[in-house]
Amino acid sequence: MGGGGSFAQAFCAGAGRLLLFCITALPTVAIVFMIFFIAGEAVPFFADLKNTAEFFSGFEWRPSDSHAPHFGALSIFYGTVMVTLGSCVLAVPAGIVAAVALSEISSPKISNAFKPVVELLAAIPSVVYGFFALVVFAPLLQENGGVLLAVAVLLIAFPASVVAAMCLGELAASVFYKDVRNPPVKLFSVPIGALLMALGLFAAHKMLSVEITSGTNALNASVILAVMALPTIVSLSQDALGSVGRDMREGSFALGATRAETIFKVVLPCAKSGIAVAVILGLMRVVGETMVVWMASGNALKIPEPFYNFLEPVRTVTATIAGEMGEADQSTGSARYHVLFALSFCLLMASLIFNAAGQWIGGGFKLPKK
Amino acid sequence: MKTSILKKIAIAACAAISGLSCLAEGGDGKISIDGSTTVGPIAKAFADFYKENHEGINITISESGSGNGVKSLMNSACDIAAMSRFMKPAEFKSCVEKGIMPVAHVIAFDAIAIAVNPQNKVSSLTIEQIADIYSGKITNWKELGGDDAKIVVISRDTNSGTYETFGELVMKKTPVGKDAEYVGSNGQARSRVNSTKYAIAYVGLGFADNSVKVVSVNGIIPDLKSVSSGKYPLARPLFLFTNAYPKMGSAIYDFVNLHLSKDGREIVKDLGFVPVCE
Repeated sequence: MGGGGSFAQAFCAGAGRLLLFCITALPTVAIVFMIFFIAGEAVPFFADLKNTAEFFSGFEWRPSDSHAPHFGALSIFYGTVMVTLGSCVLAVPAGIVAAVALSEISSPKISNAFKPVVELLAAIPSVVYGFFALVVFAPLLQENGGVLLAVAVLLIAFPASVVAAMCLGELAASVFYKDVRNPPVKLFSVPIGALLMALGLFAAHKMLSVEITSGTNALNASVILAVMALPTIVSLSQDALGSVGRDMREGSFALGATRAETIFKVVLPCAKSGIAVAVILGLMRVVGETMVVWMASGNALKIPEPFYNFLEPVRTVTATIAGEMGEADQSTGSARYHVLFALSFCLLMASLIFNAAGQWIGGGFKLPKK
Repeated sequence: MKTSILKKIAIAACAAISGLSCLAEGGDGKISIDGSTTVGPIAKAFADFYKENHEGINITISESGSGNGVKSLMNSACDIAAMSRFMKPAEFKSCVEKGIMPVAHVIAFDAIAIAVNPQNKVSSLTIEQIADIYSGKITNWKELGGDDAKIVVISRDTNSGTYETFGELVMKKTPVGKDAEYVGSNGQARSRVNSTKYAIAYVGLGFADNSVKVVSVNGIIPDLKSVSSGKYPLARPLFLFTNAYPKMGSAIYDFVNLHLSKDGREIVKDLGFVPVCE
């Protein structure tokens, strides 16, 4: 048996390895083909230099006009950037704070209960989020927009002003009382905090009078997308925090650091590359999301006035592709068809850059492990 | 006894043969329909009615917009393309090039209703005013005799037949203004108008229910009478397109002619559309 058996074994092992290699190679090959296909379909559009110039510099998007089509995609790109930044501002701090709370502060019982719930958010189909945005959130914004905005401003302003007051107070105290061992920090932090909170109250009061004419706008889409990005950011950040070794924490405690100092000065810096990757993956989910923005953002083809006005409808790249796809057959006007691939190509490039950045950050700053 | 068994066998054989012929005609005893979201409800109601009366027929309906309907038909991905507009010359041409001969069956008339929120004071508009609202010339309800509030303009996506018909009948080549919001379906447009006090949208008449207020266009409210008499200006035929005229007696033939029967007309009327013959 000996020789034959080992030959059969070697053959089986080889075949198995080949099979596994093919399965592993499949997604890579698929990605390569997709890039080639999308680039190939986008080339005919970019080959027309007049169209290309308009694509990157124009604001007028009317590809369906068969007589004088316009392909100015700037307002569409702007919409994507705006919605992404908006959801980033909401989801990143909330996600990191939630991850820190779940992995560092709350008891294991609570984190074990919360983690599946957070991950369940990721399992909800995006059309459900979109439906919610359209049917529940948009009317809510229209009817109680001012109150909602005021409450949101207060919710953000109070913790932010407390943190800012603590930091600024300490800074001011160290400037004014250079040689004193225990400078009177409260002397500075309390008035600074009060001032900031007053500012927050003032802003909230201003917000009360805001009226939102249309509930499907950049704010709506940003909020819903932020909720969708949260599970990614929270669970990956939590993993990153969890992978910081016990020795780091115990060393920090042994040196007399408090829990807050340990979190801010030891654990977070150690986990920062993992958290950065979490944020980037969360952002990619936001950039690529289609159904929600199609239903929640209003899809108006313009740059809001003024440009930071989140209460105006905007249109994103993904929503444009989804909205124009059906009519954009090759037979009904080829530029109209290829311009969607040009948009897809830009989107694909953005994801590739994001992804590369994530890889670079994740690999560049390795955890200082022994 | 014997005769009855023979009879049964004969019946079974007949059924099998008719089933087979059905297979040959209707594509596996199955009709697939793709296309307009406006025609969708009619196709669905027809399918339900048809399935009740014909055992073993499977009808699938996708609603992905008129343009997608043509695409499916020309790629033989569906048997019937539901469309809320006529085929464009380019679409016709590519169908023919792919060996598909599109034949149009008008199954009902649809009026585009202009819908505003029930709380809106404005109840009549002219076509010119509607065009000005959508092109961005008129931006405040005040200019139309309503409250001093910004108009939230809601349009269907450029993918939909309703958009094209609206463009043809109302906009007449003027582009839709940049403030207009776009939604993906009639239902979505209606729900936005229902929940937004100062919104205006256009929807198929079948979708204009009590949750919105339908304004009169050039003084005429769209209803069965005003549409079928040709008085209401924003009306259009709805089509089912098949590949060549379906063979007489085939499942597809029955299906595309259902609107001529009394039951078919009732279905069309119940859904808020206007039957072709009365």
